[in-house]
Amino acid sequence: MRAPLNGSLIIGVAITTAFLGVALLAAVWTPYDPGTLSIVDKLQPPSAHHWLGTDQLGRDVLSLLMAGAKNSVGVALLSVLMGGSIGVPIGLVAAARRGLVDELLMRGNDVVFAFPALLLAILITAVFGSGAVNAILAIGLFNIPVFARVTRGGALQIWTREYTLAARVAGKGWLLISLEHVLPNLISLLLIQAAIQFSLGVIAEAGLSYVGLGAQPPTPSWGRMLNEAQTLTALAPLLAVVPGLAVLLFVLGLNQLSEGLRRWAQPRS
Amino acid sequence: MIGPTFSAAPVLEIDALSVSVAGRPILREVSLTVMPGEILGVVGASGSGKTMTALAVMGLLPPQATLSGRLVLNGELLTGKTARDMQRLRGKAMGMVFQEPMTALNPLMRIGEQVGEALRIHAPLSRDAARGAARAVLDQAGLPDEEEFLQRLPHELSGGQRQRVAIAIAVANSPPLLIADEPTTALDVITQSQVLGLLSRLARSRRMGLMLITHDLAVMAQLADRVVVMESGLIVDRGSMVELLNDSNVPYTRALLRASRLTPKRVGADASGPQVLQVTDVVREYRRPRRSWTHAPVPLRAVDHVSLTVNAGETVGLVGESGSGKTSLLRVILHLDRPQQGAISLSGHARSRPIQAVFQDPYGSFDPRWRVGRLIAESFHSMKAPADPSEIRRRVGGVLRQVGLSAEDAQRFPHEFSGGQRQRIAIARALIAEPAVIAFDEAVSALDVLIRDQILELLAQLAAQSEVGLLFVSHDLHVIRAIADRVYVMQSGRIVEEGMTEAVFGSPQHAYTRALLAATPTLPPAAGA
Repeated sequence: MRAPLNGSLIIGVAITTAFLGVALLAAVWTPYDPGTLSIVDKLQPPSAHHWLGTDQLGRDVLSLLMAGAKNSVGVALLSVLMGGSIGVPIGLVAAARRGLVDELLMRGNDVVFAFPALLLAILITAVFGSGAVNAILAIGLFNIPVFARVTRGGALQIWTREYTLAARVAGKGWLLISLEHVLPNLISLLLIQAAIQFSLGVIAEAGLSYVGLGAQPPTPSWGRMLNEAQTLTALAPLLAVVPGLAVLLFVLGLNQLSEGLRRWAQPRS
Repeated sequence: MIGPTFSAAPVLEIDALSVSVAGRPILREVSLTVMPGEILGVVGASGSGKTMTALAVMGLLPPQATLSGRLVLNGELLTGKTARDMQRLRGKAMGMVFQEPMTALNPLMRIGEQVGEALRIHAPLSRDAARGAARAVLDQAGLPDEEEFLQRLPHELSGGQRQRVAIAIAVANSPPLLIADEPTTALDVITQSQVLGLLSRLARSRRMGLMLITHDLAVMAQLADRVVVMESGLIVDRGSMVELLNDSNVPYTRALLRASRLTPKRVGADASGPQVLQVTDVVREYRRPRRSWTHAPVPLRAVDHVSLTVNAGETVGLVGESGSGKTSLLRVILHLDRPQQGAISLSGHARSRPIQAVFQDPYGSFDPRWRVGRLIAESFHSMKAPADPSEIRRRVGGVLRQVGLSAEDAQRFPHEFSGGQRQRIAIARALIAEPAVIAFDEAVSALDVLIRDQILELLAQLAAQSEVGLLFVSHDLHVIRAIADRVYVMQSGRIVEEGMTEAVFGSPQHAYTRALLAATPTLPPAAGA
């Protein structure tokens, strides 16, 4: 039995789908080409032509923002998928096998956990070169232990249920039981974690491109918009406010989504 | 039974108490009294409102609950009191003991402090004075009053000792009323009889009213002066135990009594079939954590050279207290664990899984996301399953009907069924694999007496109609006696006695079997029967 829809879930779903919709839209259409420079139109205030004005190079800010959403969503989503697709199997195996396998996997996990994530992501992109792909790999790497630990914790609980015992009596092995009984019962837990990691990914991507290690010009990104607007805050504060608000709102929406999912998945007692 | 005479005013008076939670009526016009020094039994199936009555008296109802009626404790009207006033009364004017001794104590607090705390809440005592008083209370609860014991933490105590500590805390301030909610359900029979003895002694010697809630009529028969029987929030019957046993014409009471008496279900067992399970000289040890660098830890021997057999069409009981090694042995038999020594041999025809199991917990035994049909068909795994899905459906429907459900139930989810129905589904899941042996691990321990009776009937029917051998593991001697043809008694990993059920229970040879039998509460036969 599920709890009724709650406010957090509705707000979270609304904001998240809005941002995902914009990102999808940006893949096929933006009001102006975000790459086109037009110095004569630089630093225009919002108008009927440019709803959010133009930046110091005359690019349409709304188009930049939409294209930035595409970049942000892409990087965060792929890094969550990367973390999940490696971390979840690790957690499942560790919980099913216990003993030495568990120890080795989870201690390896702890090693990755021990690094300050964002600093190392900066290091990785600095060493292997900046760009969207390396940003995904760097952020995804730190999603692995998170998913591994959440999966293992949930799976250990499932393994204490008698239905796993019944499956073993039926002759099923640990792998099949993990796939058929354990994983499906962890889906809601993993979805909640995915929403949290997604929001952290959005922040991390913005951070990386802010310091110039994320997506490279001319690919638009929120972090670099913030960076470029920094020197112009007195002249055109809107240039900093707009991408800043975008990051804030998107992360807020994702956090509401995970909180809403958590409350929704919790059966009423 | 001749109870003490009651002259004084009642300790507790409940008058037309009705409680509903979120609009749903839980208690309807419940009225009862408890006199000083009297033991009042409250009996009924789970969900009948026994515990709600107790919580209403304690003022511990859930916040959504609405209450009407009158509650009077020692002449003081409880209904209408503020939360703060009720808090002052709890522990001082009324104490309560709960079912689960494992979670009733604070795991981080020493025993002496926990008892002392109960005293200090209600009286301005110094720590030292509280300590002395705690010691006296523990002594009365039959626990050692040495300093060393006061220093112990809850995990260093056995279940029975913990329940005694919980009782000591409840009676520390000599409340005129003690409510005990299934206080011995989680305990072994021998411990149970000691704890029940303690409760009755305390009630008599302190002239304390005791409201004893239990589903076990045999426990009632031993202890209670008067009994009220509850069914779906109503009191349907009341009287002394003797009156209920002999004169009650309330159908529900009669049904409870019949189910509690557990008449033998098996008729003329044919145990001459071929052997289907043979356990030979099995040893199962568990490693203990290393405590010293120089000495390897001595492993814990949970199963110690055990041999047993089950024949086709026979029901074999394996009885013992918790910790006797029953479950460890069963895990080895089910090939879930490997024995250090010994062998298990199972026979059965090639198409089947030789052994299947039914577990204790009717709620945890099923993946909540699977439909019943798929859950039952899971047993086909790793055996030659019928290739045709419609054939699988037909077989699933067949076993569902065999256990008294319908073929359509295959489409439903486990949470749509009651506990008893789920145990039927578990049995169907075992049957579909056509095993040579089905093992039952405390399979009826979590069920109410009425449901338990129905499941045992079903098992007896199965055993009579088929060639499957049943291995029934339980701590409950009555259940084993009712269902098993042959019985093994297990103590600390060893089989200490074996034989035909009536022979073993009729004239037990081993001291342990005698102790178990003596401690098991039994319902006296009705005078007319």
